Amino acid sequence: MNPRRTLATAGRVLTQIRHDPRTIVLLLVVPSLLIGLLAWIFSDTPVFDTVGPAMIALFPFIVMFLVTSITTLRERRTGTLERLLSMPLGKGDFILGYTLAFGLLAVLQSAVAVGYSVWVCGLTITGSVWLLLAVAVADAVLGTALGLLASAFARTEFQVVQFMPALVFPQILLGGIFLPRDQLPDALRAFSDWLPLSHAIDALQAVANDSQDAAYVGGELLIIGAWIVGAVVLGSITLRRRTP
Amino acid sequence: MVHKAAPAVVVRDLHARRGKHPVLHGLSLTVPRGLVVGLIGPSGCGKTTLMRSIVGVQIVQSGEVTVLGRAAGTASLRGRVGYVTQDASVYEDLTVRQNLAYFAAVLGATRDDIDRVIEATDLAANAGQLAGSLSGGQRSRVSLAGALLGSPELLVLDEPTVGLDPVLRVELWALFHRLAATGTSLLVSSHVMDEASRCDRLLLMRHGEVLADDTPAGLLSATRTRDVEAAFLALIAAHPSPDPAAREAGDA
Repeated sequence: MNPRRTLATAGRVLTQIRHDPRTIVLLLVVPSLLIGLLAWIFSDTPVFDTVGPAMIALFPFIVMFLVTSITTLRERRTGTLERLLSMPLGKGDFILGYTLAFGLLAVLQSAVAVGYSVWVCGLTITGSVWLLLAVAVADAVLGTALGLLASAFARTEFQVVQFMPALVFPQILLGGIFLPRDQLPDALRAFSDWLPLSHAIDALQAVANDSQDAAYVGGELLIIGAWIVGAVVLGSITLRRRTP
Repeated sequence: MVHKAAPAVVVRDLHARRGKHPVLHGLSLTVPRGLVVGLIGPSGCGKTTLMRSIVGVQIVQSGEVTVLGRAAGTASLRGRVGYVTQDASVYEDLTVRQNLAYFAAVLGATRDDIDRVIEATDLAANAGQLAGSLSGGQRSRVSLAGALLGSPELLVLDEPTVGLDPVLRVELWALFHRLAATGTSLLVSSHVMDEASRCDRLLLMRHGEVLADDTPAGLLSATRTRDVEAAFLALIAAHPSPDPAAREAGDA
């Protein structure tokens, strides 16, 4: 690994995205529009204040997962990855470069989503908005890291799109949005404890209600961080220089 | 600096599959240094698999591939071997110069070097254009320019002249010979027989085997033919494929 090559890769990915303004607009605006729609649907009920924080976790996570997995798959398919791996580029440089570039986009996207939820949709945040943003960013980076990993197991665009429902939907269903996690059947409850999105949603709700202290939120952030590191490491292991 | 005695590539008894199909069955060959060596053969005969093995991105079943005195795929070789895949492997959503700037950053090449390869591949007029908006021939030249960065000692070029107009093809072959004159070794594949006469040496391949390894003149006199295509047909007549199954696998 080499910082110059990692940064060159991150810069290259960002330059590619800069040439595609529509993607930038979609990335930044779509999660906020969906959160706005949700706030509108529940405008005469108190529901938005309970599900709103979870939505901040959900949309950036899904969007970043999709964008990252498709972009890296495209790199495999067009032969540029084969070219890079025949050059002196470390696998870590490649994966970290992508994580940095999309991580930066994730920061922007989460900032817009949090700002829009709080100041436009009137989401009540009792705790620190900054802590809320920190959890949201960690969550979007998690989407990026899992997307990188998923793209390693997909051969075609069709497959990688199927990974979204396969890897992301169970986390949404078990994350406590549809039914609080402590009311789930025991086995599912135990399983959901292992899923990163559950911790992201718990942390966001804790910040929104100010129901837990910063140490609790920090612990949840650590679990999400461990998932990110795990996915990045696994992703770089699955990146093969030699292919059949 | 250049050891004429040590060949650029030595392949011994190489067996490799592409996907699930066995493509190379015990292939051996040598690519000398400082020459333009043509790898000529019909589509599907194993040229790409052989080139991928030399570059070190192909999983091989058995056999030895030595490149510039080291085992193929060794980390220290990655900056010394330039590889151009058959399809242009460039980022379509970057300009020509941005593509080359990224490859240069990975290779540790200088800014002057980017200008040099743009000049060498006649892309100066298109440097600011998105690669996706270029014609197929222009895009494959961007891919080639990327491989020239950092002046690698060995260039492995998989059908670099496909889709190029005749004038440009002549210019590229002239460039290959200029590079060889400065000590670069080149292995250039083609399925166009008339390009063979432009090479210093020829490796004729069919069904994953080398039928001939000679100079163009030597090949013509050995087969008593007047062009490479006729020589190739004469060689096929002299070496019938051992069994039909291998022929089918080779064609896949």
